[in-house]
Amino acid sequence: MTASAKSKSLYDVSDHTKRRNAAEKRFRRYGQGAIMIGLLMLCMLVYTIVSKGTGAFQQTFVTLNVELLESKLDKKGNRDIEDIKKVTTFGYAPLINTAMEAAVSDHGVQSDLKSKEMAKIISKSAPAVMRDLVIADPSLIGQTVELKFLANSWIDGYLKGRVTRDSIANNKNVSSEQLDFVDLMVDAGVIYKGFNLNFILGADASDQRPEDAGIGVAMLGSLAMMVVVLVLALPIGVAASIYLEEFAPKNRITDIIEVNIANLAAVPSIVFGILGLAVFINTMELPQSAPLVGGLVLTLMTLPTIIISTRAALKAVPPSIRSAALGIGASKMQSVFHHVLPLAAPGILTGTIIGLAQALGETAPLLLIGMIGYIASNMPETIAQGFLSPNSAMPAQIYEWAKRADPAFYERAWGGIIILLVFLVTMNTIAVLLRRRFERRW
Amino acid sequence: MSTFTLFCLIVVLAVIGFFAGRHKVNSQSKPLHSLPRYYGTYVALFAFIPALLVLLVWLLASPIFLGKTIASQITADMIPEGGSAELVLSDVSRIAQGLRAGADNGLILTENINDTVNLAVLADVLASSGVFLGGELNPDVLQLALSYTDAAAFSHFLMICVVLGLAMAGFVFAYGRVNPEFWARNRVEQTYLGVLILAAGLAILTTAGIVLSMLFETINFFQLHEMRDFFFGLNWAPNFHGDSELSILPLLWGTLYISLVALLVAVPVGLFAAIYLSEYASKTVRSVAKPLLEVLAGIPTIVYGLFALITFGPFLKDWFGDGGFLGVNWMGDARSVATAGIVMGIMLIPFVSSLSDDIINAVPQALRDGSYGLGATQSETVKQVVLPAALPGIVGAILLAASRAIGETMIVVLGAGAIARFTGNPLEALTTITTRIVSQLTGDGDFNSPETLVAFALGLTLFVITLALNIVALYIVRKYREQYE
Repeated sequence: MTASAKSKSLYDVSDHTKRRNAAEKRFRRYGQGAIMIGLLMLCMLVYTIVSKGTGAFQQTFVTLNVELLESKLDKKGNRDIEDIKKVTTFGYAPLINTAMEAAVSDHGVQSDLKSKEMAKIISKSAPAVMRDLVIADPSLIGQTVELKFLANSWIDGYLKGRVTRDSIANNKNVSSEQLDFVDLMVDAGVIYKGFNLNFILGADASDQRPEDAGIGVAMLGSLAMMVVVLVLALPIGVAASIYLEEFAPKNRITDIIEVNIANLAAVPSIVFGILGLAVFINTMELPQSAPLVGGLVLTLMTLPTIIISTRAALKAVPPSIRSAALGIGASKMQSVFHHVLPLAAPGILTGTIIGLAQALGETAPLLLIGMIGYIASNMPETIAQGFLSPNSAMPAQIYEWAKRADPAFYERAWGGIIILLVFLVTMNTIAVLLRRRFERRW
Repeated sequence: MSTFTLFCLIVVLAVIGFFAGRHKVNSQSKPLHSLPRYYGTYVALFAFIPALLVLLVWLLASPIFLGKTIASQITADMIPEGGSAELVLSDVSRIAQGLRAGADNGLILTENINDTVNLAVLADVLASSGVFLGGELNPDVLQLALSYTDAAAFSHFLMICVVLGLAMAGFVFAYGRVNPEFWARNRVEQTYLGVLILAAGLAILTTAGIVLSMLFETINFFQLHEMRDFFFGLNWAPNFHGDSELSILPLLWGTLYISLVALLVAVPVGLFAAIYLSEYASKTVRSVAKPLLEVLAGIPTIVYGLFALITFGPFLKDWFGDGGFLGVNWMGDARSVATAGIVMGIMLIPFVSSLSDDIINAVPQALRDGSYGLGATQSETVKQVVLPAALPGIVGAILLAASRAIGETMIVVLGAGAIARFTGNPLEALTTITTRIVSQLTGDGDFNSPETLVAFALGLTLFVITLALNIVALYIVRKYREQYE
C-alpha cells in the first residue's frame, strides 16, 4: 500500500492511463504503418518497372561496312528487280561474315574465333534487313555501305548486365569466347549501345529475335480501339445519362436500368470478353483479333463508367439554370442541350478520359477475342485495315511477351509497361488539369 | 454499290432534306410555329432514321437467314467422313468469300463457272485470294457456294433498293407535311427523346446479352456433359479426346482461397489506412497520401500480373523454395496462392481504403464528440464508436473488394499456376475460374466440344457469384448511408 500511496499525486500517470496511452500510440502506429505499407508497395512497383523496363529503350548495335557484292546479289549484272528478288536471305548472310572479318582486321582486334562465329553475334534479322534495303534501292549493289545492325539478344543482354559468363555456361546460342570478342569490339567502338527507336515504333518479332521486337504496331491497335470506344461510348453514354438524369420518370423500369448500370460497372472484365466472343465473333462473324471487336467489347465495359460520371456532372449543374431556361420559354429538351449539357461538359470529358484510360489498360477481355497468340508484325496499310485486320493491343502485347518466358522478352514487357503507363499518366493528368481548370462550384 | 456508299448516300439525302425543309417554310411568309431549323431537322430525321434502322437490321439478319437457307440444302452425301454439316457450311461461306474476292480482283467471272470448270485451277485461284481448302473442292459444295454468292448478291441489291426507297419515301413524306403551322419542334424532340431512351436501354441490352450468350452455350454444355459432375464432381481434368472431368469445385476452391489471401492483405492495411487518413492525418498528409494510394488502383492489372510472375514469385521462392534463405523447401514453383493473393491484395488496398474512408467520414462528428466528452481516447473512440457505426458500410466495401478479387483475371493467369486441386498450402500453385476460362477459350479445341463450352458455364457461374456479392454489398452500403442523412 505504501508504494502506491506515495505516488498518488495528480501529476503521476496511473498504470491504467499509461496502458491506455500506449494503446493509443500503438493504434496510431498501425495506421501509419498501413499507409507506409501502401506507399512502399507503390514505390516497389515503380522501382521494379523503371529498373527493369528502361533497358528496353536501349539496344546494342553493330556497325559494319558491308560490301554489297554484285557477284552474290545480282549475278547477271542487269539490275533486274525480279532477279534481285530471287536472291534469298541466305545469299546475304556471307556478306555479313566478310564485313565482320574486315572490321576485325581494320580495328586490329585479335581473336581466335572463326568469322562465322563472329557474325553470329548479329541478329538473325540482319540479312532480311539488307535484302529489303537492296530491293528498295538496287543501285546500292556493288557499293560498300555502312550499316547499323542489331546485335542478338544475348550480346545485348551481356552489355546490359543481364547475361553473364556464369549464366551462359551451357548455352548453345552464345559462348564465352564470343563475349570476349564482344569486349574487344566494344573497345574498338564497333559494338555500342544506343537509343532504341525500333522498340517504340516497330513491330513485334518472332520468339527467336527478341532484339527486333517493338510495340509500335500494338500501339496502333490500341489507338484504333480507343477511337472505337470514344466514338461509341461517349455519345451513347451521354445520351443514356441525359435520359436517366433529366427525363426519366421515377418508376420500376428506370429503377431497373439504374441498378443494372451500377451492377454492370462491377461485372468482371473477363465476362465482357465472353460476351464479345459469343456475340461479335460467333454470332455476327466479325473478324477475330480485329481492333474493331476489341473496341466494341471495351465500349460495353466503359459505358457504365462514363454514364456514372456523366450523371454526376449533370447532377452538379444547379436546378436554377434549368428553371431560368424554362422560364424564358425554352423547351425541356432545349434547356438540357443548350444550357445544362455545356455546363456539364468538363465533368463529362474528365469522366470519359478516365474511362478511356481504364479501357486502355484492360487485358482480360482481349485475350478471349483472339488478341494474343498473334504476332503483330505488319503495320496496317490503310485506315480500314487498322480497324479490321488482326492486330494486337499494348496490354495484350505485354502479356504475349511475358508468356514467352525469355528474359530478353521480359525486358520488352517491362518496357512496354513503361510506355503504357506514360499514356495512362498523360491521360489522367489531362483529366485532372481539365477538372482544375473548368470545375465550377455553384 | 458498297454498304458504305449506301450509308453515305442516305446521309447526303438527310442533309439535302434539312436544307429543303428549312427552305420550304422560310419561303412562305407566314409566322412559324417552330424555329426554321426544326423543320429541316424533321425532314432529315425522316429520311435518315428509318433507312438506317432497316440497313442495320438487314446487315445483321441477312447472313443468318442466308446461312439457314444454305444449311437446309446440305445433303448427307456432301458431308465428308468425320465432318459435320457445320463444317460444310463454313466451307461454303469461305468459298463464297473467295469467289467474291476473286471476282473483285478480276480473277474469276462467276458467270463462267459451271460444271465444266477445272476444280484444281479454281482452288488455286481461291488460294490466291486467301481461301485455302482443306481437301478437294466438292462440286456440290461449289454449287452451293455459287448459289450462296448469288443469294448474297441478290440480298445486297434488295437491301440497296429497300433502304434507298425508304430514305426517299421518308424524305417525300416529311417534306410534304412540313408547313408553317406544323409543330416541328415537338416532333423532333420526341424523336430525340426516343434516341435517348434507346441509349439508356443499351445497358439492359448488354446485361441481357451477357446472360443470354452465356446461357445458350451453357445449355449446350449441359447437353454434352453431366450437370452433376460440373457442380459436385471433385476433379478438373479436361481431355481433348473426350471423357473429361470438368468440375467447378476445385476451381472454386482456388478462386476463394486466393481471394481470401488477397483480402487478408488488403482489408487490414486498407482499413487502417482509411482510419488513419480520416481520423488522424493532417490535411497535408491526407492530400498527399490519399491520391498516391489511389494510384495503386489505376495501375492496369497486367502490370500486377507481371510483377507477380517476374518479381514477387521468384522473391517468395528465394525465401521458401529449395535452397532458400529459410532453408525450407516449401515452395516448388514461383507461381502460388501466396504470389497471386498477396499481389492482388496490394491492388485491392486503395479499393478498400477509399470506400472505407468515405464511410468513416459519413459517421457524424456528434458521435465522436460524445465519446470524447466521456473521456475516451481517440483510438477508443474509433474502436468503440466510429467502427461499430460504420461497420455495415465497411462490410459492404469488403464484399465489393471480394467480388473484384473473384473476378480478377490477369494476376491469377500470370501468378497462380494451372493446377486444379484441393490444397491448403498457400505456397503451392492453384488455379481459378478465370484462368480456366482463358485457357479453355484460347486453346485450339473444337468450339462445340464440352471442353470449350465449359468456359461459358464457368463464366455464368462467375457472373452470378459476383452479381450476388455486388447486389448484397450495394444494398448494405445504400441502406447504411441513408441512416445518417
